[in-house]
Amino acid sequence: MSGLEVRGLSVALFTRAGVLPALSGVSLRVPPGRTLALVGESGCGKSMTALAIMRLLPEPPARIVAGQVMLDGVDLAALPERRMLAVRGKAVSMIFQDPMSSLNPVATVGEQIVEVLRRHEGLGGRAARQRAVELLELVGIPDAAARLDEYPHRLSGGMCQRVMIAIAIACRPALLVADEPTTALDVTVQAQILELLQRLQAETGMALLLITHDLGVVAEMADEVAVMYAGRIVEQGPVDAVFDAPLHPYTRGLIGATPSGGTAGRHARLADIPGSVPGLAELPAGCAFAPRCPLAFGACGAQPALLAQAPGHVVACFAAEGVPADAAAAGA
Amino acid sequence: MAGGTPGLFRRFARNRAALLGLVILLVVVGLALAAPTLYPRNPLRIVGPAELWPLQDPRFPLGTDSIGRNIAAIIAHGARATLLIGIFASLTATLIGVTIGAAAGWFGGWVDELLMRLTEMFQVVPGLVFVLTIVSILGGTVENITIAVGVVSWTGIARLTRAEFLTLRDREFVQACRAMGMPDWRIVLAEVLPNALPPVIVLSSLAVASAILFESAVSFLGLGDPQVASWGRLVGEGRTLIRSSWYISAVPGVAIMLMVLALNLIGDGLNDALNPKLRNR
Repeated sequence: MSGLEVRGLSVALFTRAGVLPALSGVSLRVPPGRTLALVGESGCGKSMTALAIMRLLPEPPARIVAGQVMLDGVDLAALPERRMLAVRGKAVSMIFQDPMSSLNPVATVGEQIVEVLRRHEGLGGRAARQRAVELLELVGIPDAAARLDEYPHRLSGGMCQRVMIAIAIACRPALLVADEPTTALDVTVQAQILELLQRLQAETGMALLLITHDLGVVAEMADEVAVMYAGRIVEQGPVDAVFDAPLHPYTRGLIGATPSGGTAGRHARLADIPGSVPGLAELPAGCAFAPRCPLAFGACGAQPALLAQAPGHVVACFAAEGVPADAAAAGA
Repeated sequence: MAGGTPGLFRRFARNRAALLGLVILLVVVGLALAAPTLYPRNPLRIVGPAELWPLQDPRFPLGTDSIGRNIAAIIAHGARATLLIGIFASLTATLIGVTIGAAAGWFGGWVDELLMRLTEMFQVVPGLVFVLTIVSILGGTVENITIAVGVVSWTGIARLTRAEFLTLRDREFVQACRAMGMPDWRIVLAEVLPNALPPVIVLSSLAVASAILFESAVSFLGLGDPQVASWGRLVGEGRTLIRSSWYISAVPGVAIMLMVLALNLIGDGLNDALNPKLRNR
């Protein structure tokens, strides 16, 4: 199949304290033109998943120990680094959380765009410059030709992220990985950047893997959502299904901890999830969420499997198994 | 900087002292370039009476030394040796230092350990003793002095480059360059190095000053090339007459002092001009 398909991806950290499981059996599918959002608290493995797909894990200590990352029929996880160089920036691109520090401060915007065009498209000189102007116009930067010779510190955060996006889509990638692309930006700029990503996706048909902890962004952008906890996917399904009827107690906690913005929630206290994500070294046996889970019972000492509760809607929770979706939602 | 940052000179010139340093340096460079025209014959030739004080004879504006050589001619020709040794020794030191520092900072781990221990081995030997040892083994030619000074002066540059690389290595733009498919060697040369260079350039300009002092010291001790006019050698030769004709040592001494001062002022000015945090002031 085309698009991205991650199958059973496992990453381990080889440290002095032992081998720690950073990702365990992560499976994802992002068809062309679709958006999958990866959500979860800090440290749950979202960024680790993105880096593993890009093969940019800090090695050592991290290493892919199992699984496949299929992109248009090629297993990226098995490619030698030499061939991976030709894939990054061309078939898969990535944009990062802090656009201001993602650009080289001593090179002009134009130089940085031309770099990727020269590397993957073999463009040089006037042709590359021309294409760079087109790309800046495409991402909505006014007066693009003049901006080409600016240094990044002269641009705002939103402009820098537009430049990063221009670099990322320069070679029309099949997959764009966006690691919290709007977290560092003003709210109004956030909306513009998300809109831009949607427009570019509609034009190019790229698959978008969106990593965020902002559920508002997920509702806005994504077709599917995968919730991660402690290196595993605990619930995955179409955005509407997951938001309307979250099955995993952790998903319900996340949704409950999000300010609704409506008048109904104005005076209500936000429900937080007690405790924090356990460190990789002290993961409990069985379900990693059990120590924080209001529904935990005896069975939670074993690792629950990711089972379909509705078409396309999977969850890894013993408490949710066999419980009808509406009953689980009512309990939220 | 890549592509030349507009206003670099203006930022430099805002520092008046740095501008003064630049003027002194340009005068010395002009003197070095004009030396063959001003004094076309060998400056070490005896041309007049011995120990003639400055400003006594228009032919010898800076006087003559203990055996009647023209001090002005020695100063002019000595400027050539001083500048050449200073600049090439600093270039040698910068080349060695940046290579070792970059490798240590970028690769980290055992490469870093190994290279930093090597650097410390060079650091614990007093510089002048090291230079004198190399020069006395290889012989006191200009080339050997240049190499010797370069070989003892790279440690600071290596440590600075390593520190810069350590902080730059983990910056997001390096990750972003990887994500666009750039190979490591290109990231190091085209992305990280230009970011690490500004403080290194400052240190290199100061290394020119210390190289000049090393050369003077070597020549003062009589280990330099006797066929080459040198400021340091003149200081050394004048010291036997320091009580009667002190100007023989003082004139080249002042020249060395002004030159080193000028280079330090320039280094400060470069520091201000290249510091991105002061750029928009």
